Amino acid sequence: MAEFSLPANSIVKKGKIFEAPAAAKNIKRFKIYRYNPDDGQNPSVDTYDIDLDACGPMVLDTLIKIKNEIDPTLTFRRSCREGICGSCSMNIDGMNTLACIKAIDEIKGDVKVYPLPHMDVVKDLVPDLTNFYAQYASIEPWMQTDTPPPPDRERLQSKEDREKLEGLEECILCACCSTSCPSYWWNSDRYLGPAALLAAYRWIADSRDEATGERLDELEDPFKLYRCHTIMNCTNACPKNLNPAKAIAEIKKLIVQRRN
Amino acid sequence: MGTPQRPLSPHLGIYRWQLTMALSILHRMSGVFLSVGAVVMVVVLAAIATGSSQFETVQSWLAHPIGLLLLVGWSFALYLHLVNGVRHLIWDAGVALEKNTANRSGLFVIAFAVLATAATWALACEELV
Repeated sequence: MAEFSLPANSIVKKGKIFEAPAAAKNIKRFKIYRYNPDDGQNPSVDTYDIDLDACGPMVLDTLIKIKNEIDPTLTFRRSCREGICGSCSMNIDGMNTLACIKAIDEIKGDVKVYPLPHMDVVKDLVPDLTNFYAQYASIEPWMQTDTPPPPDRERLQSKEDREKLEGLEECILCACCSTSCPSYWWNSDRYLGPAALLAAYRWIADSRDEATGERLDELEDPFKLYRCHTIMNCTNACPKNLNPAKAIAEIKKLIVQRRN
Repeated sequence: MGTPQRPLSPHLGIYRWQLTMALSILHRMSGVFLSVGAVVMVVVLAAIATGSSQFETVQSWLAHPIGLLLLVGWSFALYLHLVNGVRHLIWDAGVALEKNTANRSGLFVIAFAVLATAATWALACEELV
């Protein structure tokens, strides 16, 4: 049964306030989730008043500014700062997205920054993605074949068949979609979630892969696949504009179609 | 060194409500509400079958403001669940699952349910007058 409220150790308390320098004119308030595993305290939300005239345009710029200039203990994942590595996924202004490609001026009012929802928090904005990666591994995300490859070249694919992978193979595994999904919140122990299912469909749709039947057998399960109720949060959240909901619908269709 | 029990990050309380998300939970709630309505329907039918005095008793319950409110609620739930169910059927065919189409069909579902409920009760009131 779904647990709608947070456990006692997870209830968020009021945190510290860091005021902007007196000379600042263009101030934006950031409210950032903090949790320190070493102090035995509950998580809190700290407030940082930031001078936007002295800060880059993206939410990640602010996080880096805070870490460099205000509070070096702030912990978050980041790497490429251009939306291709998927490290800085978090909940900003109520939606899961990548901090590096979320512009501050798109956000009205205070900027609220939380870790990806309904995840175990390692520290501050860093969630534990172990289960998420294990689910990705469980769909065996590599090409599987029975026939030997041609002796003199790679397995070729027509342009039309390659096009079927557009919108599937661009996934960067940032986990924005899976952790936006209420079904995944309540059942992430058994429901694979949109990211893993999109990845599964990426191999099902690949003309070179020969394990389609086994892949569908593996997915045909009341929880792994059918906890998707087309809530559409995944598609709404995806920072790469992919459509996991549609990929899941295609898997469901294939399972029905192969019955006749 | 023992690792403390990790906290769970906030979810329902902080996630921005999406139209599609709201309709999804409304679909489920209207389904539950309609199954209660089905029981009430059986009570009404049983009362009709039993006799006029029993029917009048049930009728007086439903004519009470709370009864009327429930009836309006059931008609709204019926239209919402019906047309949203069709939306789900279309989705299951793999169609109209894009962000913009899903939002537009969601708006249509709400508009249809509101208008159909209003029309139904306009007709019902006209009958009574």
